[in-house]
Amino acid sequence: MAERVVITGMGIVCPLGNDVQTLWQAILAGKSGVAKTTVFDASTFPTTFDAEVKDYDLAEYTKNPKLHKDSNRGSAFVVGAAVQACRQAGIDVETTEPADGIDRGRLGIYLGAGEGSVDNDVFFAAIVEGWDTEKNEMDWGRWAKVAFARMDAMRELEQEPNMPAAHIAILTGARGPTRSCLTACAASTQAVGEATMMIRRGDADVMIAGGAHSMIHPLGLTGFNRLTALSTRNDSPQTASRPFTASRDGFILGEGAAVVILESLTSARKRGVEILSEVIGYGSSADAFRVTDMHEEGRGAIQAMTAALADAGISYKDVDYINTHGTSTAENDLIETKAIKAVFKEEAKSTPASSVKSMLGHLIGAAGAAELITCVLAIRDNIVPPTMNLIDPDPQLDLDYVPNEPRKMPVNVVMNESFGFGGQNNVVIIRRFS
Amino acid sequence: MSSSRVVITGFGAITPLGLTATDMWAALCAGRVGIDRISAFDPVGFDCQLAGQVPEYKIRDYVPKSHRKATKLMSRDIELAVVAAREAFVHAGLVTKGIDPENININPERTAINVGAGLISCDLVELAPAVAASITDGKFDIHKWGKEGLELVTPLWLLKYLPNMLACHVGIIHDLQGPSNTITCAEAAAHLAMAEAAQTIARGSSDVALAGGAEAKVNPIVMIRQCLLKRTTSENNDAPTSACRPFDADAKGSVFGEAAGLVILEDLDHAARRGAKVYAEVVGFGQSNNINPAYEHLEPDGKGIRIAIEKALAEARIGPEDLDLIIPHGTGIPADDRAEAGAIEAALGEAAAKIPVWPTKSMLSNTGAAAGALDVVAAVCAMNDGKIPAAKNCDRKAEACNLNIVNQPQEANIRHALCCSYSYGGQTAAVILRKTD
Repeated sequence: MAERVVITGMGIVCPLGNDVQTLWQAILAGKSGVAKTTVFDASTFPTTFDAEVKDYDLAEYTKNPKLHKDSNRGSAFVVGAAVQACRQAGIDVETTEPADGIDRGRLGIYLGAGEGSVDNDVFFAAIVEGWDTEKNEMDWGRWAKVAFARMDAMRELEQEPNMPAAHIAILTGARGPTRSCLTACAASTQAVGEATMMIRRGDADVMIAGGAHSMIHPLGLTGFNRLTALSTRNDSPQTASRPFTASRDGFILGEGAAVVILESLTSARKRGVEILSEVIGYGSSADAFRVTDMHEEGRGAIQAMTAALADAGISYKDVDYINTHGTSTAENDLIETKAIKAVFKEEAKSTPASSVKSMLGHLIGAAGAAELITCVLAIRDNIVPPTMNLIDPDPQLDLDYVPNEPRKMPVNVVMNESFGFGGQNNVVIIRRFS
Repeated sequence: MSSSRVVITGFGAITPLGLTATDMWAALCAGRVGIDRISAFDPVGFDCQLAGQVPEYKIRDYVPKSHRKATKLMSRDIELAVVAAREAFVHAGLVTKGIDPENININPERTAINVGAGLISCDLVELAPAVAASITDGKFDIHKWGKEGLELVTPLWLLKYLPNMLACHVGIIHDLQGPSNTITCAEAAAHLAMAEAAQTIARGSSDVALAGGAEAKVNPIVMIRQCLLKRTTSENNDAPTSACRPFDADAKGSVFGEAAGLVILEDLDHAARRGAKVYAEVVGFGQSNNINPAYEHLEPDGKGIRIAIEKALAEARIGPEDLDLIIPHGTGIPADDRAEAGAIEAALGEAAAKIPVWPTKSMLSNTGAAAGALDVVAAVCAMNDGKIPAAKNCDRKAEACNLNIVNQPQEANIRHALCCSYSYGGQTAAVILRKTD
């Protein structure tokens, strides 16, 4: 009999607050984490706003901030999120003699984590110095002179996408299986799903799982702006994220980190920790369609949802609430709606399906785990979070998106959906623990 | 790995030693070194001016007509993965949409992909004109970039550099609709990707999986990063073939390179039903963490590697004396090789001094996320050919290294082979393969 997997801790650092309670209060109040970009001067970019983490202080979470001083933004955020989650789950951090009853060889890490920003000043300065505009070629000697003089070894290393997990290993002493994945916007849902599989199979008792990412930097914003994936509603940032509306014009670039502690039921019972929810299903698929577009009928999304339901051993009729990917792009919201209809059939229109991205923005690699935390809270409090800014419904999109007001209703089973560029689809299902 | 047995039924590799896995194995047996002075860019001013570079190829030869346009969106990392994937499918006798749409013999929904990938650094030459258009008073001006420079960046630019695009292009070409993941654990990525792919098969989520890794490290940004971290050799620029010296007393650092290695993992029953040739069974994976605040190095006692090897042995249900070949990560970085050798000794005890150890990076270079996959392919070839080629450039073993580095090629009946890897940052992995009868 495979192990049952439960959630015993949660932590978050995100545009709506730097702890779980603050995030949840903000969501129930329909607040927006979106504002003018301050991480760098984006005032002349096509998009001048984003969803940033505010007032975050790493030193609140660690006795050794020095060990994390060169961190990219994602790594820095994940230190806070992981420490919060470990505290809730009673996992000791920053000690060589943990007394929490968890064998470090059976404590693993799985993050959907993004790369860090290039070291902007020197990155651009070296190109300026090296580029010969007359010959239209790079003088690598001149480039290397600036780069070798001004690039910093640790700041370069910290850009690697495996580094956020390294910081958690240092904090917790985890010696169990550790992986990082980067499947674009679906990464941290995949991390939670695969980490669940590791515990089920018996490879680990406890997994620190989630995501960390910030693409709020000049090249990140450039890339998404060139793809025309972002909203350009510069005159009204707070209403720009408007999933499932007729006037939606793109997603809002966000950043943050979210961590859940996944634990075998056996371990959680033995340690006597509070169980917040149970992870019962996971499905993963690829569209295998186009690099640039989702499959028109949502083939991959349908397959991932169907696989997750089958893994959970439940019917779509058992799902009380769908936490959608709901990015506020023309394409995603239409295709996700089609896919939900295909899977949920006659129940599609009566199953609430909302997007917290309307408030939180899109945390890219960290999005799925951040949204999963809202799913756990929806079950805890029997409240479905709203889709805010749903002011002009799109006649083609006719599901119950829970417009503009949270809804009090019994919530026992929640499906969390994440879809990524290139056709990555990951779905996790959680259930009230009993 | 409890439920079903997972075997290797095909493989492909594009490496500094050639465009196919066959080329790679022949060159390894001949003791050829794929390291030379960097030609991808002028490395003047770099501490290390050497790299393992893949010979010339044309990506158009490896993609079906329907995907030709999309080759414009392929960074070199993606191209390498696409080339190796094609070889792997053909080698396994699997016909995909990308190989022959009239005679497909895979079930797309039951075929998974799991690729280890690195942080893809952008092409600076491609970006430079946009940067050059954004200069005020000799300095980069972000205001100008937002207004003018940005417009010069090609619209789909970002898609070339997302690490999951290796798996996405390959998946689109061959129509792989099952679980798809991209593991970004630096030099341990390929082994970890294989572990996860094997597990998707074992748990019944797929019948067949393409797994391994690809990375193109011959890029100025990647190279400078390795130089700044003091991981490269800077003293051997005039002697490329003897530059990378894993476990040797004169080792001065690693040499980096580019490659892709992908294997077909398959449910044993599925392989048997279609009469596929089985090259090896994957019987044990171990994974752990290196815990070292000096993130760029393995911890001095190599504990994270030791734990991974012990776990892999336990999963394979074999003892150290059952191993007949070890392909270590062996980078040529003295401190890391010392730690790894110590870890192997700690994990294997007395047996460690006897088992033949064959590091490959002296010939293949350190190809990052591809490295572990190349070693698995090499181990499978060694198993099936019954021989272990000679290690290169380990003329005088480093002090404190008690491993049995093979200096002469030898005939060998290899029943079990161990490959291991670790990343800067911390993730460690070990894989055990078993010869099939």
